[in-house]
Amino acid sequence: MTFPRVTSNDAYLDEQTKRVIRRALLKGVAIPGFQVPFASREVPMPRGWGTGGVQVTASVIGPDDTLKVIDQGADDTTNAVSIRQFFSKVASCDTTTRTDEATVIQTRHRIPETPLSEGQIMVYQVPTPEPLRWLEPRESETRRLHALEDYGLMYVKLYEDIARYGHIAKTYDYPVIVNGRYMMAPSPIPSFDNPKLHRSPALHLFGAGREKRIYAVPPYTDVRSIDFEDFGFEPQQFKTPCAACGSVGVYMDEVIVDDQGGSIFVCSDTDHCERVAASRQEVDTRFEEASA
Amino acid sequence: MYVAVKGGEQAIANAHALLASRGRGDRTQPAITPEQVRDQLGVLVSRVMTEGSVYDPDLAARAIAQAQGDALEAVTLMRTYRTTLPRFGTTVAIDTASLPSERRVSATFKDIPGGQQLGATFDYTHRLLADPTEPLAVQTAVEEDEPMPRVTDLLGAGALIEPVTNHGEGEDPDPDPADLTREPTVFPMSRAERMQALARGDEGFLLGMGYSTLRGYGGTHPFVGEVRVGEVEVEFVPPELGYPVSIGRIEVTECQMVAQFVGSSEVPPMFTRGYGLAFGRSERKAMSMSLVDRSMRWEELGERKVAPANDEEFVVEHADAVAATGFVEHLKLPHYVDFQAELVLIRGIQEEIRERQAGASPSSDPSTSSGVGPTSSDPSTSSGIFEEVSR
Repeated sequence: MTFPRVTSNDAYLDEQTKRVIRRALLKGVAIPGFQVPFASREVPMPRGWGTGGVQVTASVIGPDDTLKVIDQGADDTTNAVSIRQFFSKVASCDTTTRTDEATVIQTRHRIPETPLSEGQIMVYQVPTPEPLRWLEPRESETRRLHALEDYGLMYVKLYEDIARYGHIAKTYDYPVIVNGRYMMAPSPIPSFDNPKLHRSPALHLFGAGREKRIYAVPPYTDVRSIDFEDFGFEPQQFKTPCAACGSVGVYMDEVIVDDQGGSIFVCSDTDHCERVAASRQEVDTRFEEASA
Repeated sequence: MYVAVKGGEQAIANAHALLASRGRGDRTQPAITPEQVRDQLGVLVSRVMTEGSVYDPDLAARAIAQAQGDALEAVTLMRTYRTTLPRFGTTVAIDTASLPSERRVSATFKDIPGGQQLGATFDYTHRLLADPTEPLAVQTAVEEDEPMPRVTDLLGAGALIEPVTNHGEGEDPDPDPADLTREPTVFPMSRAERMQALARGDEGFLLGMGYSTLRGYGGTHPFVGEVRVGEVEVEFVPPELGYPVSIGRIEVTECQMVAQFVGSSEVPPMFTRGYGLAFGRSERKAMSMSLVDRSMRWEELGERKVAPANDEEFVVEHADAVAATGFVEHLKLPHYVDFQAELVLIRGIQEEIRERQAGASPSSDPSTSSGVGPTSSDPSTSSGIFEEVSR
């Protein structure tokens, strides 16, 4: 059987497609928080597994870049490994697990604990780009609501949450207003991570492959988590320090340790955890050496 | 280059090895070749080509074998390959009226010019498991093809059915179709875009949507004007030549559904069309597609939108099996972070309830001794959860 040799361009997508996506990205950067429709291409992983993020990464990455991929904050979760392996196979970039060494960070559901710096690009995998989707299923209608800046539906939902539960029952994908204009879904990052978007020195790009939308938060842009004057935004807080590295003020994974419901809390960000633990050990060793 | 090596990498490699081994099955049996899949599983090959949007039986067969028979995996493989292909133009619209039909049936007229032909169909087979060793039955000779004008064209001659296109004088009778794989999709879609979405749509989903229109959810009272299967020439006009050249033949299944229309103040009552076209032998798909196509034309025909099959956004957004299966199956991916966020909230709310109940029980007021009821004097913390519980 004759079979055409399957070859692919650097970073998989052909240059024409990369240009199409870059145009959408530029438009997204020009109108922060606005969802730009784009003709999302198939990539060699299933829809809903980060295909939007993969297309954005493929369009912005070059041979001088260093890529980090995290899923749920961790570099070693299987889908993060799979996407990192994909790019180390098809792209001529380096890969890393260190936040401070990466120039492009593709992420699913977390922003790293290590503060981002100028020149870094965050690429988010977005399942549902429309923050109003659970309140209005129709795309034609939600586009109209955005055009009119009519976000009353969301405020009513938050109000109802407060009336019913005493809290805003939105713990991840907590909607934000970008640059004082568009309501935006920050992808399902925990609301703990929302403040990291506000005036971040990094460029944040959001790719929703299945839903065919791209949007962006340029560096140093105002990103406000929506709330009420008399009922403020309340991100998660964890009372116990990380059981592995002792960090406080970071997002935690709960690890079940026995069958009695006992659990410990460890950093969700594995790179942060490893480096803090390593530096602790270094300090301990030096202290022991000094005291010996 | 530094690539972190962690547990996940070994797990993925092992999983791939096990998958390949499971797919191979018993090694004492010969492996299925893609050629066998192409020739002996032709209906499946048709489906994978149609939903994968590539006409290439060899590649589709290879995808099916690689996917271990998982049709949606095979479609995904085809799509992923297709997206890397350059696009050099649009062919001339295929002429299905002149296709030498291997199969052609009409439910509207008993005797039609060119006659009816059953062709390769499961329709009148008795669905009994057959003995695979039984020799193949011999087909008796059939008459030579004679021209088979479309049934809908016969109706058109009497102005009993809406005209095939509503392009005006001087307009291009064969405009370039839309392509939702290259252009962003925004609702409302053109009919051409919708047709492409339906052609790529999941056979099972469209079957269900089409079925719903027959069961009263937006009924269109359809008749099969004609279903035909056959090979058709594909022609392309290279800009440097300026005239059409044949670039190959494809097998297609076409369905023209004839549906009722009550008419309006401007237009007399007449029959309307629903159209379906699929690669290869895909009759179920083409028929379902034509039902759903007709249903989604409610606005153009001045009807009311009353049923799921009328709803373009609902149908188009959920018809694509590659998107649907990907997203449903992504629920397998870790969701530690979001789940943890929910845990924190639920624990917080439960703790508050317990605190309030503990604060309420020592009270001498019998109305609050049940532990449910507003007790706090601070209105900002007197949340509705109590109202919810006591209701």
